[in-house]
Amino acid sequence: MDHKLRTGAGLSGIVLGAGALAFGAFLSNRHRNRGQDNSPNYTKRQPEGDHAQVGRSVTIRKPRSELFTYWREFQNLPGFMENVEAIDESGADGVFTWKIKAPAGRHVDVRTEISSEKQGEHIAWRSVEGSDIATCGEVRFKDAPGERGTRVSLVMSYDPPAGALVRAVANIFLREPQVQARHDLKRLKMLMETGEIATSVRTRGETRAAKQETE
Amino acid sequence: MRALTWHGTGDVRVDTVSDPEIINSRDAIIKITSTAICGSDLHLYDGVIPGVKPGDVLGHEFMGEVVETGLGSNLKKGQRVVVPFTISCGGCFHCKQQQYSACDNSNPVEKQDMSATLYGQPMSALFGYSHLTGGYSGGQAEYVRVPFSDVGPIVIPDHLDDDQVLFLSDILPTGWMGAENADIQPDDTVAVWGCGPVGLFAIQSAIVMGASKVIAIDHYPNRLALAKQLGAQTIDFRETDVREALMEMSGGIGVDAVIDAVGMESHGFAIDNMIDVVKQKVGMGFDRASALKQAILAVRFGGKVSIPGVYGGMSDKWPLGAMMEKGLQIRGGQTHVQKYTEDLLAKIEDGTLDTTFLISHRLPLEQAAEGYKNFKEQQNEWTKVILKPGMEN
Ligand SMILES: [Zn+2]
Ligand SMILES: [Zn+2]
Repeated sequence: MDHKLRTGAGLSGIVLGAGALAFGAFLSNRHRNRGQDNSPNYTKRQPEGDHAQVGRSVTIRKPRSELFTYWREFQNLPGFMENVEAIDESGADGVFTWKIKAPAGRHVDVRTEISSEKQGEHIAWRSVEGSDIATCGEVRFKDAPGERGTRVSLVMSYDPPAGALVRAVANIFLREPQVQARHDLKRLKMLMETGEIATSVRTRGETRAAKQETE
Repeated sequence: MRALTWHGTGDVRVDTVSDPEIINSRDAIIKITSTAICGSDLHLYDGVIPGVKPGDVLGHEFMGEVVETGLGSNLKKGQRVVVPFTISCGGCFHCKQQQYSACDNSNPVEKQDMSATLYGQPMSALFGYSHLTGGYSGGQAEYVRVPFSDVGPIVIPDHLDDDQVLFLSDILPTGWMGAENADIQPDDTVAVWGCGPVGLFAIQSAIVMGASKVIAIDHYPNRLALAKQLGAQTIDFRETDVREALMEMSGGIGVDAVIDAVGMESHGFAIDNMIDVVKQKVGMGFDRASALKQAILAVRFGGKVSIPGVYGGMSDKWPLGAMMEKGLQIRGGQTHVQKYTEDLLAKIEDGTLDTTFLISHRLPLEQAAEGYKNFKEQQNEWTKVILKPGMEN
């Protein structure tokens, strides 16, 4: 991504700019000589870049192309991402609005565009003007050895939102994003490998879907 | 429905709880005809397993009749099935290698964090065995919801009765895998610590696998008699120096393979509790964790150590030097039940294996709490308890 590539104005523009910088650092790390250590930046004790970054990988026993296609259909993501209520393509061309759950039945809107993608390999996105949170992320699909399927890696970079009001609402989204990423990817793995997401509830009234309806 | 529920240490009760329903497409609902109390249920009863909540339905050894199926189940209403205690998806990396008890996909995502912290990676799910292993309602009940019912349950032909096949759910394959993990060769002398149900089945399996001599170690006369009845030689550890005896009984070589079918018993599961309890027990004649230490010292150089007994936490004063210097092979793990059920069912049908000899009591489900109490306190007489929801009180 081009560091100079910035859109937006005012408060959200500033936040977005910071987010874009972080993402730039993340991308460039893949090409930089990093000494005797091949580990991903997000596993470093002191990750490079000024902004929070989380990442997680999971191996899923499905072909790369199938997983890419599933993810690229963004409407599928709320099916395994706990805090994402809906993702709709709305407004400007190529802009997606992620409706993220927040306490007390409220939500925050994260507006993104695809910044880069390659069929079967990766999809990257970043927030645009009007987004409540400055964030960027990337999902990569790589063949796992032998019959193991595909390694799916999700990396997200974000800035704490500016403005007390938004921050209060968004805190829930930003709470332990590392855990959130791990849980979301595990749910995707379950869905792809078994066709369902494991739950130990005994009655339908205890399921997540039923609880949401009564909220 | 009626179900045996956990309320606290030493407090289990038969309560009325909500009936299970089909949640996911591969689910089935089973009406229980027989369900057993397991030695590892006593860990829950003793309150040493973390993540058990009041109201949780216990029980992981059960069988019954299929009464309802999801669209993705291949079971049919009316079929009689035994259900493995391990919940396995059949489609993940581990399941594809028949490492069913390491299934990636059965433990609900939000329940995986605790075991991931303890062990580095999360555990798979088990029925009725705390929220550490998924929080699934167990089978000491009238009905149970069985996820991935197209992978686990094994259909039982009508001519075999419940007593013959119920233990396919856990203790028979667990004893079998315990013997298999000891990599038994025809000339081997094998020593088995603990003559509880798993130990007895490990003894029987080792004999079927062709061990030249099997030595059973316990102190309950009735359990030692059952081992003898299977063809084992016996040692009562209260009367005999076990290591000395094993050296003599193996011709001064040391036994070729050892099987620890004792496990942590009533020791704590949580890390600090575990260490404390082990420390307290050092010096006792037959400390539970010391069964494994004793086994490691008794086995010959280049020998094989199998651990079907359940351990959960950590142990100190571990004989690491003996492990390394003697070049031991050590194998453990929860049982990959689904890998063994078909073969073991055939061995039951053709008479190679008998599973009924250790059943001491059959009770109605309503008397389950009494069953727990006696199974814990009268281990000599109460060798194995089966609960029958349909039985007259
Ligand atoms: Zn058991
Ligand atoms: Zn699996």
